Amino acid sequence: MVSIKRRTFLKGTAATGAVVVAIGTGVLKPSNVLAAWPEDAFSQKTSAEALSKLFGTASITESGDIDLKTPDIAENGAVVPVSVSTTLANVQSISILVDKNPQPLACSCDLTGVVEGYVSTRIKMGETSNVIAVVKTAKGIFSTKRMVKVTIGGCGG
Amino acid sequence: MATGTIKIRAQLSGDSTEVKALFKHDMETGLRKDKTTGEKIPAHFIKEVTCEHNGHLVFTAKWNVSISKDPYLSFKFKGAAKGDTVKVSWVDNKGDTDSSTAQVA
Repeated sequence: MVSIKRRTFLKGTAATGAVVVAIGTGVLKPSNVLAAWPEDAFSQKTSAEALSKLFGTASITESGDIDLKTPDIAENGAVVPVSVSTTLANVQSISILVDKNPQPLACSCDLTGVVEGYVSTRIKMGETSNVIAVVKTAKGIFSTKRMVKVTIGGCGG
Repeated sequence: MATGTIKIRAQLSGDSTEVKALFKHDMETGLRKDKTTGEKIPAHFIKEVTCEHNGHLVFTAKWNVSISKDPYLSFKFKGAAKGDTVKVSWVDNKGDTDSSTAQVA
């Protein structure tokens, strides 16, 4: 029951400030509200648009302080291990994008103060493409990228 | 409500705890076609993963369809002691959900 209301809620927030109303009526726990799913950013067709929807700005600095670990060649695009670690301080979020995927933004992780600048997961890649790691800190938004060759795509078809 | 879809390991090393979670989920992209009927298989994917340490939210991951089937997630956080509880939950785009807990080892 709660989860059905939650879906309705997510649709509503795109257009209005329904967040406050939802908290007031007790439909949602605060933890869910913090993490409203950014549908706008996820549905974009290019990395640049996804990033500007996600962060509200296009000013992203390339940084050498982000370590993006991926295989050079991914034999199976359906399972590409990716880990991002950074020495930047006060990391607020870490996002992973695949430039040439139909929807480039793969994941966006929100980190609280106790979490270290490290995230590891496995993603799908449709074709050979740049993988981009974006780290948001208190001081700005930083990124680094790495080319991954894919021999068999993982986006269906 | 799904059950038994999450495996968690939380390992303390120094002052940092590494949480590793493995989920069981199809993660359908919505782009694949059923080979016999030619119709698109609707998207079905985990949208959001949250992790709590002793009841406090520490980490949230928002996922798109492009996270691999049977997803894996790992991150590290400070401030946990041995025996503390780590809880991981997910919600997918159909509103299904599951959660599981583990002790920091």
